[in-house]
Amino acid sequence: MKEEKELFSVGHRACAGCGEPIAVRAILNEAGPNTVAIVCTGCLEVVSTGWPETAWEVPLIHAAFENSASVASGIEVALRKLGKKDTNVIAFGGDGGTFDIGFQALSGMLERGHNVKYVCLDNEAYMNTGIQRCSSTPYGASTTTSPAGKYSIGEDRPKKPLAAICASHDIPYTATATIAYPEDLKKKVKTALETKGPCFLHVLVPCPTGWRFSSEKTVELAKLAVGTGVFVLWELRGSNFNNINITKKLKGRKPVTEYLKTQGRFRHLFRPEIKQDVIDKIQKDIDEKCKRFGVDL
Amino acid sequence: MVKITIRGNMATALGAKLSRPDVVPAYPITPSTLFPEKISEYIADGEMDAEMIRVESEHSAMSACIGASACGARVCTASASQGISLMSEMMFIAAGMRLPVVMAVGNRALAAPINIWCDHQDTISQRDTGWLQFYAEKNQEGLDLMIIAFKVCEDKRVLLPGMVGIDAFVLTHTLEAVDVPDQKLVDEFLPKYKPELYLDPSKPMTFGSFGTPEFYQEFKYAQVKAIEKASEVIDEVFAEFKKKFGREYKKIVPYKCEDADVIILTMGSMSGTARAAVNKMREKGKKVGCCKLTVYRPFPGKEIVDLTKNAKVIAVLDRDISPGFGGALYGEVAAQFINTSEHPLITDYIIGLGGRDVLIEDFEEIYDKSIETVKKGRVEKPVEWIHLNQEVL
Ligand SMILES: Cc1ncc(C[n+]2csc(CCOP(=O)(O)OP(=O)(O)O)c2C)c(N)n1
Ligand code: SF4
Repeated sequence: MKEEKELFSVGHRACAGCGEPIAVRAILNEAGPNTVAIVCTGCLEVVSTGWPETAWEVPLIHAAFENSASVASGIEVALRKLGKKDTNVIAFGGDGGTFDIGFQALSGMLERGHNVKYVCLDNEAYMNTGIQRCSSTPYGASTTTSPAGKYSIGEDRPKKPLAAICASHDIPYTATATIAYPEDLKKKVKTALETKGPCFLHVLVPCPTGWRFSSEKTVELAKLAVGTGVFVLWELRGSNFNNINITKKLKGRKPVTEYLKTQGRFRHLFRPEIKQDVIDKIQKDIDEKCKRFGVDL
Repeated sequence: MVKITIRGNMATALGAKLSRPDVVPAYPITPSTLFPEKISEYIADGEMDAEMIRVESEHSAMSACIGASACGARVCTASASQGISLMSEMMFIAAGMRLPVVMAVGNRALAAPINIWCDHQDTISQRDTGWLQFYAEKNQEGLDLMIIAFKVCEDKRVLLPGMVGIDAFVLTHTLEAVDVPDQKLVDEFLPKYKPELYLDPSKPMTFGSFGTPEFYQEFKYAQVKAIEKASEVIDEVFAEFKKKFGREYKKIVPYKCEDADVIILTMGSMSGTARAAVNKMREKGKKVGCCKLTVYRPFPGKEIVDLTKNAKVIAVLDRDISPGFGGALYGEVAAQFINTSEHPLITDYIIGLGGRDVLIEDFEEIYDKSIETVKKGRVEKPVEWIHLNQEVL
């Protein structure tokens, strides 16, 4: 444990059990104080920047919802031009700000090769505006704009494979991580910071409010997401997926129902009657993915 | 000082180059494209020590401007029309964060129907973003106003973004002779940008906070006070510019208005035509004058009132339209007189939209209509369109 002061701490107003501050704290503490951070509009910004307070002990800028990546592009170039090229530039975006509305800005930043470390904090819906679906929302999840109902299973599209899409830009480093494995997360942050050029970190951050689970279960949920193969932990240098490194392989992968059953957003798959076809499809997709990635030991 | 003959875009690019920006994020759009091309060329040839960011959209151009400016870099960009509409969200944010970004604009119409020609709708539509707005009549003004804009915007009493508009094609693509100021003099006039507050790891600070109802109004009030202050700062900077470079700028530039019954207000390149028309009409003994606005934001309301209060009619020419109302300039000029019991009659002429030529005859027609208004003693049709082709309607 480093003896430094927390760089993200005092007075944030996130819900109890929110995964976002846990991830941000770990990432900033790994990066250290010589960092400029950027956030998108979303829960993280709202809970941490209410004027005249701030939870950020590194310089932070929030501009809008869709443009962490392009604001970061300007910052990275300006710092380089002003002779401060050793400063880390870390851009945070929610899944909405990254997968959807900020996708173009992200792609542009990656393609231009900026030395920016982009972190997507994925809680699988637009939480700040009240749990609307996003292209990150998993198949079968109920949100306020993909509600489960008599004629609806909830979200009916699979999650967009964003980290793979980012890696396909042939950026030097892409990784997925989650707060249940802080050492793995920190190691990936360190690798990204030591790697010159654009890096993309996809971090799963459970949201008790949107996923509907009790707030002490955040870490457990993140662990289950990995343990069931829902969320695969990997890293890749460049774009050749043959070189992918699965950082958490699974021995005796758990059935996905163990993950689904713990969350209100999937409750309609079990009540009033079990929607076996939907659960089977979710399981089948995971099995195929794990096989493709070589997740199972 | 060297005299060269160049297009308007090159004049604004040269103005930018002389101002030594650190970062130039830009995205091409007709009629401003030559600006990023010239900047790229200057950098490629080692004539300019700046970083260009070839962003993937105007929204990202303005976002990158914001990021770079918040680090304390001097930043500029260029755009027009659809590009300005696309970056609008971020223009409000640049102003709200008090970042002195400067933008060169090639003033162009907005779709639909899509049209690449001269019109002021693109920037007039952004008048409430909190940006300073300058409009050039000639390429020389485009060049000079870029340098002036940096100095005004970066002034500690202002700290706001600003734009310099040059008319599409009429200026952007037209060759005119310009005096190129000496780099040494520009460096003296516009020293390096040194903000007090910027993104600095040794003094961590949050930019772009969440502003609750308890505080939001105060942020806006402070911002409005700054743009009001800019009015004074602009006068100071214009005076300093004249001393240094010999060319005079004023927020409004009257021509033969002293005894005029009819004063015609214009912005941009049509102002030259207005003066030629005034000369022609004066030869026939008509008491007419004209006045151009070089500065539109902050609005030079007091100056306009002082100039026009003894005229019988103010004919406002708008190269923009707020549908369901009339021209923007008209509304704003009229508003200046609302609390005075006696004032000139004020009429609005929508003219030259989407690049339609503005001719000397048009000014004569506007004068004749104004005299009729004077005779009637009241305005029957406050907003009229000049040159409507009835055959296609
Ligand atoms: C251009 C624009 N569109 C919509 C919004 C409204 N909005 C603010 S935050 C948000 C959702 C944020 O979702 P996400 O990025 O997933 O972050 P989270 O709040 O879940 O952490 C939306 C839709 C906005 N601020 N700006
Ligand atoms: S809604 Fe979810 S993401 Fe937002 S603060 Fe609460 S727990 Fe965190």
